[in-house]
Amino acid sequence: MSVTSIDKDFENLTLTLVADFSAPVEGVWRLWADPRRLEQWWGPPSYPATVEEHDLSPGGGVTYFMTGPEGDRHHGWWRVVSADPPTSLEFVDGFSDQDGNPSADMPSTTARVEITEHGDGTRMVLRSVFASLEQMEQLARMGMVEGLEQSVGQMDALLAE
Amino acid sequence: MVVGDLTDESVDRLFHALADNTRRDILRRSVEGRLSVSRLAELYPMSFAAVQKHVAVLERAGLVTKERHGREQLVRTEPDAVHRARRALDQIEALWRGRVDRMADLLARAPEAGADEPVQGEDR
Repeated sequence: MSVTSIDKDFENLTLTLVADFSAPVEGVWRLWADPRRLEQWWGPPSYPATVEEHDLSPGGGVTYFMTGPEGDRHHGWWRVVSADPPTSLEFVDGFSDQDGNPSADMPSTTARVEITEHGDGTRMVLRSVFASLEQMEQLARMGMVEGLEQSVGQMDALLAE
Repeated sequence: MVVGDLTDESVDRLFHALADNTRRDILRRSVEGRLSVSRLAELYPMSFAAVQKHVAVLERAGLVTKERHGREQLVRTEPDAVHRARRALDQIEALWRGRVDRMADLLARAPEAGADEPVQGEDR
């Protein structure tokens, strides 16, 4: 189990996640810094991500889209606030419209990632601060897809026994 | 416990927790929407400005609304919003659990530095 703890603070619309990996710090950093790796974990399996632009230097950013089962595309972007490879990254995370232009009416999330050596492996701490309940709910839809896929995965595992 | 025994980090955590308890308490007391910010402020050992700030955080999060009654602003908890916030955070938790699982899988499959060739994807 990689997720060590999750703190959901609904009064502050904040999620803090601690995950431990048995891999070096550089390996965990590369999951964020290499666009080909990033697109393998960012979207749920039925909504794979395609990263278009990717520049993790301060002021830089990422643009991507996720493709749904019906071929529907969901565009998103990051704006990098600060980066200190391979140990920290802070970015604003938001949605875009169908043409890939950032949605002005939709507030964005601020995420901070800290990657540090921990025992024989690496600890990743992620803190996401959501701007509003509405924005949290939009992100939550992706979480619903994920939750559904996890339970289907568990069913598959049970059926295989 | 003496404050002098605490590290900076644990003092931070303590203050953070106290702030959260205050906000939780404000949510509980404001369900009926009869208390003003000034009335709420009398209930806590902190300044009016501090309580006002907590209410503002809750208001920004959409968890309380303020309603003008004469010279006073009454604070009311939005139970539906509290419920929605909890549910949304549960789903975002599922999203991140899935992401972390995939990260762990990728690390297990491609542990070597500089391995830029595509990793094989058919196994799970």
